[in-house]
Amino acid sequence: MSAPPYITGNTTVSALMFKVLLALVPGIVAYAWLFGSGILITLALASVTALASEALMLRLRRRPIMPFLSDNSALVTAWLLALALPPLAPWWLVVVGTMFAIVVAKQLYGGLGYNPFNPAMIGYAVLLISFPVIMTQWPAPLELAQARLSFADQLAYIFGRVLPAGVQLDAISTATPLDYLKTQLKLDHAMTDIVSAPVFGAFGAKGSEIVAGAYLLGGLYLIQQRIITWHIPVALLGGLAAISGLFYVIDPQHHASPMFHLLGGAAMLGAFFIATDPVSGPTTPRGKLIFAASIGVLTWVIRSYGGYPDGVAFAVLLMNLCVPLIDAYTQPRVFGHGKS
Amino acid sequence: MISRLFKFSGGVHPPEHKLESTGQPIQVLPVSGTLVLPLRQHVGNLPKILVQPGDHVLKGQLLAEAVGAISAAVHAPTSGTIVSIEDQSIPHPSGLPDVSITLNPDGENRWMPLNPTDWRQRDRAEMISSLRVSGIVGMGGAAFPTQIKLRPGGGSGIKTLIINGAECEPYITCDDMLMRERADEIVRGIEIAHYLLGPEKCIVGIEDNKPEAERAMREACARSAVKIDVAVVPTLYPSGDARRLTALLTGIEVPSDKRSSDVGIQVFNVATMTAVYRYFSLGETVVSRIVTVTGNVARPGNFEVPLGTPMTALLEAAGGELPNTNGLIMGGPMMGFSLPSMQVPVIKATNCIIASAPRLFPAPPPVLPCIRCARCADACPVSLQPQELYWFAKSQNLDKAREYKLFDCIECGCCSYVCPSNIPLVQYYRFAKSEIIAQDKAKEAANLARERNEFRLERIEREKQERAAKHAQRAAGAKAESADADADAAKKAAIAAAMERAKAQKAEVQPKNTEDLSDAAKAEVAAIDVRRAEATAAEPEAANVVKEKQENG
Ligand code: SF4
Ligand code: SF4
Repeated sequence: MSAPPYITGNTTVSALMFKVLLALVPGIVAYAWLFGSGILITLALASVTALASEALMLRLRRRPIMPFLSDNSALVTAWLLALALPPLAPWWLVVVGTMFAIVVAKQLYGGLGYNPFNPAMIGYAVLLISFPVIMTQWPAPLELAQARLSFADQLAYIFGRVLPAGVQLDAISTATPLDYLKTQLKLDHAMTDIVSAPVFGAFGAKGSEIVAGAYLLGGLYLIQQRIITWHIPVALLGGLAAISGLFYVIDPQHHASPMFHLLGGAAMLGAFFIATDPVSGPTTPRGKLIFAASIGVLTWVIRSYGGYPDGVAFAVLLMNLCVPLIDAYTQPRVFGHGKS
Repeated sequence: MISRLFKFSGGVHPPEHKLESTGQPIQVLPVSGTLVLPLRQHVGNLPKILVQPGDHVLKGQLLAEAVGAISAAVHAPTSGTIVSIEDQSIPHPSGLPDVSITLNPDGENRWMPLNPTDWRQRDRAEMISSLRVSGIVGMGGAAFPTQIKLRPGGGSGIKTLIINGAECEPYITCDDMLMRERADEIVRGIEIAHYLLGPEKCIVGIEDNKPEAERAMREACARSAVKIDVAVVPTLYPSGDARRLTALLTGIEVPSDKRSSDVGIQVFNVATMTAVYRYFSLGETVVSRIVTVTGNVARPGNFEVPLGTPMTALLEAAGGELPNTNGLIMGGPMMGFSLPSMQVPVIKATNCIIASAPRLFPAPPPVLPCIRCARCADACPVSLQPQELYWFAKSQNLDKAREYKLFDCIECGCCSYVCPSNIPLVQYYRFAKSEIIAQDKAKEAANLARERNEFRLERIEREKQERAAKHAQRAAGAKAESADADADAAKKAAIAAAMERAKAQKAEVQPKNTEDLSDAAKAEVAAIDVRRAEATAAEPEAANVVKEKQENG
């Protein structure tokens, strides 16, 4: 009975984060179905690593462990990173990336609420820079793979990098569609030929377009639950669609369609789950629009001209840098005041 | 008819808890035991005491008269003998005792001679000045003296008269019950306000969770000769805040630095209208009020009680408090405050008493750091950025806090209510406001001192010059030059003196905004130091986080 208000709504950080995890489930199911159940192993690995690193760091920093460990934020970071990694990534890659995300990108900056950058994306970027080969080697969607791995096979591959007798790496892996597209365009192949390759699906990349649809579903749930507002997803996807659409209209032979950009790579995951990280994002409605539209545009630029297969992670990190500036210049008009 | 309703952004919808106390009609409680009448029951100057211990007084008799423009009189709620005039525990957020008159009732409850008048025959200016002895203040809990707000027609410039029956805080139902049962009294009061202010239109705003009250008010308004509209607004806290209600009903945002009367709008609570009616038509001063007693009590309800009645008598009337009661809240759960004891008396601002218990108000979960989710910003009815204000307040970046319009915060608590990290945001804002006000005062004092010193130096300089001039005069016998210097110095002195007067006046004036704050806030500002200590004590986590930030550099 200290001070008003004496009542609080029943939202807690832990409940918010839990709903984010819940919203990821459809995407995970689609992922496991299309790319193999190995993702569940990756998720479990990342989760355990995240919780352990968080607990350790809280202890070292002499913070209470339970309130923070149970806020579910470490799990969200872990899951987002796991979903951004290539399926069947070796165990140590998952562990190193997750540890970096939690220990350096989150806890060393001050823990929950204090990290200026999205921890999962820091983890991802560090891995991509350090281990570019593994990070760009994606197993083919199951329907394209020439050999199927059982759950046990996947387990063995993740932990021991051993494939069942008679199966070659080539038989299960492929370049990602974004990568494929880029190399093919460099070779001056026409877009119409490129997209008829088997890695391409009806709209975007085969397999991942369905996963993207599942993320969309989860994202809509988050909006409906008011965990996130519409601003960031709409502006991010809008920005990406606008710039890719513009270039597609000008020169369709050398640019992928907006549909491909929206449904390929990490665009959907980024729009609903990554760029919406509250801590490292802006808080004002106009700020969110600017922030997310810029990420959309940057993603396209990096995808089209950068050296990395996908641009979402770097675009998010770059825009994280601009957040204080964006917030400062997008303050809403206060009630009873003229235009600010 | 109101053509359309407008909107304000933000707001929250906590569980209403209103049904508990609307089950039975308003019960009139008799005088019970000794009455304690704090002099400070309103916003403004302390009234001047007119009685002494031992005096016998009649019900309605003036005990203390208003002093200065913003003040309100205090009357005897029943007939009896004045026992003492001393500091007593009063219902105030500061928890500090204040000077009060203690009255021992004689059991006769005898009114002083009342002279009911036909106000339609009276002169408006005379009516207004007579309000000074009425004791009427904003009865919605704001307790702002009503005479200031009811200036005579013509000159008032009031175009829209808004009657606030929104009653948006959870648990409180005294206005709801008043509208249901005494709609005609309210309408009579509105007619008087209409007569005094001469507005073009009158609108009664009621939240849509009070259909019975709405119906009663519509019927009563239909019977009136004055055209009064009843507008139903959506149930959304804090729609009962005067500026929010104004925006809802008229689409006008009263500018931050102005009063609503500056833009032709005046807002009164429904219970204030009843008081106005009783005063002008029946001659009755403010001696009682309706209080909702609810929460952890056996029979929640509404009671009309003499002012000065101890809270314990109210609780008893409501069937007594249930087990586990751990305190009393005066006002609603969003903006009310904990009472220092159950013995404090009912005052004019007491609209509701909630017996609190862990089952109703569980201890909040541990405070976590701000995750910048902006839910607070979405909920803020003033469109502030509570999370930024929180940072500025916490890091003592007071200039920034002011720049981000800290003083527009009405302390409604919406931000704290929605915060998933359970940060007691409002406490931070109160703390920052009090700090800023204290700093401003210190600065003002320093400026004054500096100016005095400058003035002194200037005088010394002038005297020196005068002496030098006289010296020169004597030496050279040149007269014209000295006259010039004299005139110049005199002019300078006059300017400096005027500047000092202006500064001194400014220092006397209340710091900006206190009057625009909510009722609780106003009371707060008065008791800032106490609150400051409390805020720091209640916030070990905050202190930690600040420390942590420093550690992290
Ligand atoms: S609601 Fe609480 S956690 Fe969210 S931004 Fe506001 S202060 Fe921070
Ligand atoms: S307490 Fe102040 S900052 Fe918080 S919601 Fe109310 S007006 Fe906005």
